[in-house]
Amino acid sequence: MAGWWVAPATPALATTIGVIRLRRDGRVRDSDGTRLSADDLGAVLGERATLVQFSTAFCQPCRATRRILADVSALVPGVSHIEIDAESRLDLVRRLGVVRTPTVLVLDSTGAVVKQAAGLPRKADVLVALAGATSEDR
Amino acid sequence: MRADPRALRFGAAVTSLVLAAVLVTGSSGLLTFQVLVFACGVVWRSPYALLFMAVVRSAPTYTEDSRPPRFAQGVGLVFGVAGLIGYLAGITPLALVATAAALLAAFLNAAFGFCLGCEMYLLVRRLLPAATTEVSQ
Repeated sequence: MAGWWVAPATPALATTIGVIRLRRDGRVRDSDGTRLSADDLGAVLGERATLVQFSTAFCQPCRATRRILADVSALVPGVSHIEIDAESRLDLVRRLGVVRTPTVLVLDSTGAVVKQAAGLPRKADVLVALAGATSEDR
Repeated sequence: MRADPRALRFGAAVTSLVLAAVLVTGSSGLLTFQVLVFACGVVWRSPYALLFMAVVRSAPTYTEDSRPPRFAQGVGLVFGVAGLIGYLAGITPLALVATAAALLAAFLNAAFGFCLGCEMYLLVRRLLPAATTEVSQ
């Protein structure tokens, strides 16, 4: 059996994956500016910006993400928080290329996706992303 | 049902050790044991988590939804069964790859708190044909 080398190699691989994931998790990055309408989202867009969260039932960090986004939308006027069950909106999931939950999209006042993050985002990063999305108000 | 996250991490650590031992020894008996543990975790609670809760009596500072870890136990069960078939039928690549996949997921959960099985859920759902998704809406 070749198992004697697979046994230590697998945790080594897992550690590499884990470290990369820890670094990337929740990082807010630029998005391609796809425009989403209230019809697409099934909810009204925020006056100045909208935080869209994709969640599933089998998602541990979704609850913490919900708390952060709810806090932020209560803090910043004109910002709404929409949570979408990814499973019931696979059309949107495919269209936006969502592969993980939670995925958070930051939409400007016109519904254009300006920033996105996969994994639990930090509150400060969301606030910075929002500042960017609302200051570009045209 | 709520789950104690400490018990889940402990369970993932024990699972990692058992699966590593399976890879080293090639013992199908040990893998059968782990498959039964996974099955218990799917239908009720992982015996490892129960062991933790029997020894550590203090209450957790917060609890988690038990559906994600239960789903992950199901993913572990699938890989465990595939590995068992590999060991019993003498298909070494299947035995090693499936057991290593289960070990990878368990180790990531134990060491980093990442639930790989949970995250695979959406990917799997995405791959399913559109017809199925119409029904779920």
